[in-house]
Amino acid sequence: MMTTEEKIKEWCPQAETETAGETVVRVPADKLEDVCRRLHDDADEPMDYMRDLVGVDQGDGRYSVYYQLESTRTHGRVMLCSDAATGEEGPLLPSVCQVWKTAEIKEREAYDFFGIRFTGHPDMRRLFLREDWKGYPLRKDYDMDSNPLNMENEVNADVTEEFRLLPDGTLERRENVVFNPDDFVVNIGPQHPSTHGALRMRTSLEGETVKHIDPVLGYIHRGIEKLSESLTYPQTLAFTDRLDYLSAHQNRHALCMCIERAAGIEVTDRVQYIRTIMDELQRIASHLLFYSCLVMDMGALTPFFYGFREREMILDIFEETTGGRLIQNYNMIGGVQADIHPTFVQKVKEFTKHMREIIHEYHDIFTGSVIARNRLKQMGLLSREDAISLGATGGTGRASGWANDVRKHHPYGLYDKVDFKEIVYTHGDSWDRYMVRMDEILESCAIIDQLIDNIPAGDFRVKVKPILKLPEGVFTASVESSRGEFGVFLVSRGDKSPYRLHFRSTGLPLVHAMDTVCRGNKIADLIAIGGTLDFVIPDIDR
Amino acid sequence: MEIKHLPTTKDMRPEEFKDNDYLLRMAEELNREGAGVVLGLADKLINWGRSNSVWSLALGTSCCAIEFMALGAARYDMARFGFEVTRNSPRQADLLMVLGTINYRMAPVLKRLYDQMAEPKYVVAVGGCTISGGPFRKSYCVVDGIDKIVPVDVYIPGCPPRPEAFFYGMMQLQRKIKMERFLGHRDRNEVPQGMERKEEKA
Repeated sequence: MMTTEEKIKEWCPQAETETAGETVVRVPADKLEDVCRRLHDDADEPMDYMRDLVGVDQGDGRYSVYYQLESTRTHGRVMLCSDAATGEEGPLLPSVCQVWKTAEIKEREAYDFFGIRFTGHPDMRRLFLREDWKGYPLRKDYDMDSNPLNMENEVNADVTEEFRLLPDGTLERRENVVFNPDDFVVNIGPQHPSTHGALRMRTSLEGETVKHIDPVLGYIHRGIEKLSESLTYPQTLAFTDRLDYLSAHQNRHALCMCIERAAGIEVTDRVQYIRTIMDELQRIASHLLFYSCLVMDMGALTPFFYGFREREMILDIFEETTGGRLIQNYNMIGGVQADIHPTFVQKVKEFTKHMREIIHEYHDIFTGSVIARNRLKQMGLLSREDAISLGATGGTGRASGWANDVRKHHPYGLYDKVDFKEIVYTHGDSWDRYMVRMDEILESCAIIDQLIDNIPAGDFRVKVKPILKLPEGVFTASVESSRGEFGVFLVSRGDKSPYRLHFRSTGLPLVHAMDTVCRGNKIADLIAIGGTLDFVIPDIDR
Repeated sequence: MEIKHLPTTKDMRPEEFKDNDYLLRMAEELNREGAGVVLGLADKLINWGRSNSVWSLALGTSCCAIEFMALGAARYDMARFGFEVTRNSPRQADLLMVLGTINYRMAPVLKRLYDQMAEPKYVVAVGGCTISGGPFRKSYCVVDGIDKIVPVDVYIPGCPPRPEAFFYGMMQLQRKIKMERFLGHRDRNEVPQGMERKEEKA
């Protein structure tokens, strides 16, 4: 059988392979759409899941876009790269949103950051920045002071642009409509108690039924990716905890892993054990918070206290070892910041035992309730095909029958040494999304129990130079965070700080999926559906 | 007839609260001017009630909001202090609690929410991001300190602040409320003496 690279070479002889860091196949812009379509429809190894789409300013006037693809059948991965054609019209690339739906939102992100326009994309609006923003902030020549604070209220346009490349090389501009003047649009957010942060959804309604949701993001966009470019590698770690603060350990684990791989640093077994246990504790804490928030959004207050009761036990364990409750800053390049606390093992064991014994209370009060069942079952359906095309990973994808657990298919840490079940449900409704997370709490307890007694002796950190220089190339790493696949994409130019650092947001595809999931449901169910999708906004906006 | 020593802080002793010169100055000023018995006692009663039922509008944009939720849960239980009612409408809130980074897109929203609140209103800036921009200070779209947009009454530093720090900050606010004159004219937007923000030179 031919490898994917050989296939691409056959379809497109001009394709070149670069092997600095990870293997990247460079495809010319005019062949890109064709290659993507063929990869997606391939019979043996269909690349039907687009993990990420990342723009990079190469500094010499070239703008590149990296496409990270994965096959849901074989879990093989490939990375494409294409340089945008530059001319009078600015950088241009053909859109691949007809192939993978998730490209719709990710191409908008690349446009927002780099000004790369995607021809054939139906909605070329800004994503994170104000609509009246000037310039593209992640370009290397962007003047950081060019957009001062503007206290005028922002006006959001109801129309959007689409660009098409005509055969003679000129650009045709078309206007597409987001909301018609006679649409009844309800504005949910950015200050709304149930959007879990500063998210805004412009929702058009037909009576009580949701017709279309247009998420407006960027109310907590902090420009982390740009800031990282001026910091040394150890300094960039601090941002990962503040992306998705409910997956702080896992996010930091991913970046540490990526830098360690690039620099060729081997961590000790003890570190692997500590990191894996911490990741799972963090996952339980996150799922408990998911439960608390979901039930509170649906109007039940008592279960909120249940969730926080157990969560505080985990936070105590974290605090003893790391010193932080919510944001721990624990993983470091080459290990962890401090050794585990003497009582760590005993407390973790007590906790998992307690969790197993008490979880029936959660089910007694909420899972069995008629109201919960009526409001969650058969609500917000997401099919497996849509979940894959939208890139909705994590519990959301697994509830739709898509086995996408990174821990299982691309093991890291100690996940290849422990025995655990990947929780997969099939209906793809709110109920299944809820049940996946409740079952994962027990599964995480099982993983911890297998590891906690066997933590080997050794160093908790290997010595690493404070100023680290990575070799040139492209490096990636991905972990299963509490709510999906979290990825790190790093371009190094041999410097002490990254040339480009990108984080695959777990929540961005989920917010994008809101339109598909909620369409046809009642507005009253929108909040419950959003609650089961379980997104964290600072992670989306970065 | 006048009563002296109008503001009392029996339950919160000054030595437990560092760095509150301006509160002491406010107390001095009130004592110096004095107040009628009826008005003074009514003020005391009203402020006692107000300070023990501070309802907040929780503008939670990121991490600090999760710690605020922990405050509402059983372990820290902010209901003990009367803070537990969070209103999601600015019209019903006494206090704007800013939890998390404010960026250029959110800044007009924050100002609008503040403007919509009814007087008397207070602002608490929670976390490093709201105080100075925190780790994102150098970013192209983060407001370096919300006091550039709205007047801030209490700053609670931390990333995120521990629940105990929240309580300290909130009790400072209670103290401030108790020291105020509710009846009679007072420009609440006026910056107290000695609290003027020094303009940074760029």
